[in-house]
Amino acid sequence: MPVIRVEDIRKSYGDVRAVDGVSFEVAEGEFFGILGPNGAGKTTTLEIVEGLREPDSGEVSILGRRPWPRNQELLTRIGVQLQASSFFERLTAREQLRTFASLYGVPASRADEMLETVGLTESAATRTEKLSGGQAQRLSIACSLVHSPDVLFLDEPTGALDPQARRNLWDLLRSNAAQGRTVVLTTHHMEEAEALCQRVAIMDHGRILQTGPPAALVRELDQSVRISIESGTLSAEQARALADGAAVADDGVSLSFTTTAPAALLAALSDRNALAGLQVRGATLEDVFLHLTGREYRS
Amino acid sequence: MNPAPALRSLSVAMFRGFVRDRAALFFSLLFPVLFLVLFGALYNNSGTPQITVIEIGRVGVIDHAMAASHGRLGQVLTITHEASLAGALSNVRQGNADAAIRQQGDRLVVSYSVSDPTTAAVVRQIFASIVDQANVAATGHPPTYQLTDSQVESASLKPIQYITPGLLGWAIASGGAFAAATTLVGWRQNKLLRRLRLAPVRTSSIVTARIAVSVVIGIAQMFVFIGIASLPYFGLRLTAYWWMAIPVVVVGTLAFMSIGLLVGAVAKTQQAATGLANLIILPMAFLGGAFIPLAFAPQWLREVSYVMPLRYLVVGMQDVMARGDGPASVLPAIGILLAITCVLTAIAVRLFRWEEV
Repeated sequence: MPVIRVEDIRKSYGDVRAVDGVSFEVAEGEFFGILGPNGAGKTTTLEIVEGLREPDSGEVSILGRRPWPRNQELLTRIGVQLQASSFFERLTAREQLRTFASLYGVPASRADEMLETVGLTESAATRTEKLSGGQAQRLSIACSLVHSPDVLFLDEPTGALDPQARRNLWDLLRSNAAQGRTVVLTTHHMEEAEALCQRVAIMDHGRILQTGPPAALVRELDQSVRISIESGTLSAEQARALADGAAVADDGVSLSFTTTAPAALLAALSDRNALAGLQVRGATLEDVFLHLTGREYRS
Repeated sequence: MNPAPALRSLSVAMFRGFVRDRAALFFSLLFPVLFLVLFGALYNNSGTPQITVIEIGRVGVIDHAMAASHGRLGQVLTITHEASLAGALSNVRQGNADAAIRQQGDRLVVSYSVSDPTTAAVVRQIFASIVDQANVAATGHPPTYQLTDSQVESASLKPIQYITPGLLGWAIASGGAFAAATTLVGWRQNKLLRRLRLAPVRTSSIVTARIAVSVVIGIAQMFVFIGIASLPYFGLRLTAYWWMAIPVVVVGTLAFMSIGLLVGAVAKTQQAATGLANLIILPMAFLGGAFIPLAFAPQWLREVSYVMPLRYLVVGMQDVMARGDGPASVLPAIGILLAITCVLTAIAVRLFRWEEV
């Protein structure tokens, strides 16, 4: 029995079909991602699922209930984190979290524990306006988790963060997902989807193009793998002999093979002890997107 | 879920947000108080206009009248002396003095400028009455008729009695309107409104918290105003039913918050909301009796004031704080302010948007 079931939802603004027939299901405890470039319709889809917007048509159910119209009982069981840091003005991190906690009838002590969990105890007395982007985002996630929801929605949680802060947040989200919660995340960040999600839906122009575990989507592409080693490790003849049909290129820095049978090639390189500076790059979700839409992925 | 804890914590959050906002504190508490001090000082001791008259040479009638009045005439007239007619007239022309007076035999000649018609009329009246009294005295008979004057209001109706409720009304009006407008627009902009929509909190709790905080601030403003205006220097004297001004402050806050809601529903940014609220409140302060006491205002202004919501807030407070009217006298003002609140809130709800579009 899926926790979230979305059936053929549609939403148009004038002539623009923001969401054009989206269906998916999320199982209990699953970390599910909606991936796509900006303007693909991810946020509108999420807003419909959360119950912020009414779809023109289609059905949504979360934990067996409809999110629209506003369902107070359901709201106690879901947590949401929005793109913007939506805080009360001029409150400290601790006051902020305690205020949100009280909206859910959660005691202040639990709010302070949550502050600890997201690593903000030292910034407890700092006003939210003064927090760094990463800290604000962690606080925002703490606010969405303080009442221990069954389902968590995250809308572009690492949107404006630097790489270091982004990785910190991923660690936090992974440890949280381990607590058996169902999580739905939207992102335009391929790497984020690969790092966090057990299953992703790739979305473009208001439609879901494909759904599956990131690794499986990549594998299905059956794309060639690029193997490169230090230039000069092998002579051109040796390289061609080893390649067995694969394309070979040497740019003076790296000697690269592009092959669909990487295992045999790697074994041969290993035999000749020619693995200095080895790099193997497989296909990524970006290649999946390219394959599905015929255009480069631009977030 | 029990809405009480949510209501309390939302109120506390908003109240903290207010007291930690220095600009808001300044404009809603200190700024109106500065106006009160300024206006209070300006109008202090100005119960009657002071008229400066240059006496050219000796004018026996005037000197005699001044001496005979035991200083009462001195409250109105300030006499200076000058020898030359040309110098005195030049001073009057330049506005350094209101009139020049000289005696030519039995004739008293008053020279005044008509640039200020009111003062000119007062000058003529004063000297006409001095001459009349001198004439009566010259007959050797006691005057047949005596004039005793008394004010219909209590004897203490000094300008501060008008200024305090007037400026307080303005302070409460702008406080309420700004609070509602900037909260609504700010929360829509930073998506807190959306976040709260996804929390199991009732809309009524959010609205009630906002109103409660503004009402508390309004009542605090009232006591600060009364405290300062009651200082001996300003000399406010509250009349018996002054506490009936509290319900007027409460409904006045509601009425102006509904104006703020309307502004917040229309404005897209906080700056636009502040500007628009100013555009509504500031002219209303002039036209609704807050800056210009209606008792001293021209007829057209008094008529215009009836369509200004601020009028009912100001006049309602004046009636019970300063004029000594009974508790029931504020009921019409309260009723009108409540009606304004209902109508404007209904319109604001129709125009309300959760999201920036």
